[in-house]
Amino acid sequence: MDIDLIFRIAGVGIIVAILHTVLEQLGNRNQAQLVALAGVVVVLLMVVQMVYDLFDTVKTMFRLN
Amino acid sequence: MDILRVVALGLIGTVLAVAIRQHRPELALQLSIAVGVAIFIILVPALVELVTFLQDLALRADVDLIYLDLILKIIGVAYITEFGAQVCRDAQESAVASKVEMAGKITILLLAVPIVMAVLNLILGLLP
Repeated sequence: MDIDLIFRIAGVGIIVAILHTVLEQLGNRNQAQLVALAGVVVVLLMVVQMVYDLFDTVKTMFRLN
Repeated sequence: MDILRVVALGLIGTVLAVAIRQHRPELALQLSIAVGVAIFIILVPALVELVTFLQDLALRADVDLIYLDLILKIIGVAYITEFGAQVCRDAQESAVASKVEMAGKITILLLAVPIVMAVLNLILGLLP
């Protein structure tokens, strides 16, 4: 479960990096910025979900609530 | 063997994070967070086994379970604080990291107050 999530995040990172440089070569810079922002948001959603699961697991296991 | 999976995951995550770092540093940071979470999730079954072993030990030595619960809480708070502080330090935000660590220390001190009170009462009881 967890290994493919990491590959997904790395994939999004690489795609965003490539798109960013390509769009910059084409000259429309603001689209490049938008792509970078979209990449960050997508990865953030995934990571936030993972961190929420981590906190939930720790809360139940160490009876922190 | 869990340790092999953990090391493999760590290495793969590190290589991918380095690959992404010079283009998109913010994604590399999130990738390292994801690797940290994934490694912890692999360790959860082993931790659960340890916790149940500790509980059996406490029951056999009829130690009050409240203290064991408190120790587990303190370990949990320490782990989460360490996790957050290290992530902040990875992103070169050591100011934020030290604030997170201070909050963790205060929380742990708060958790430890009942035990200190119990020890004090015990000692005062022993004195003539």
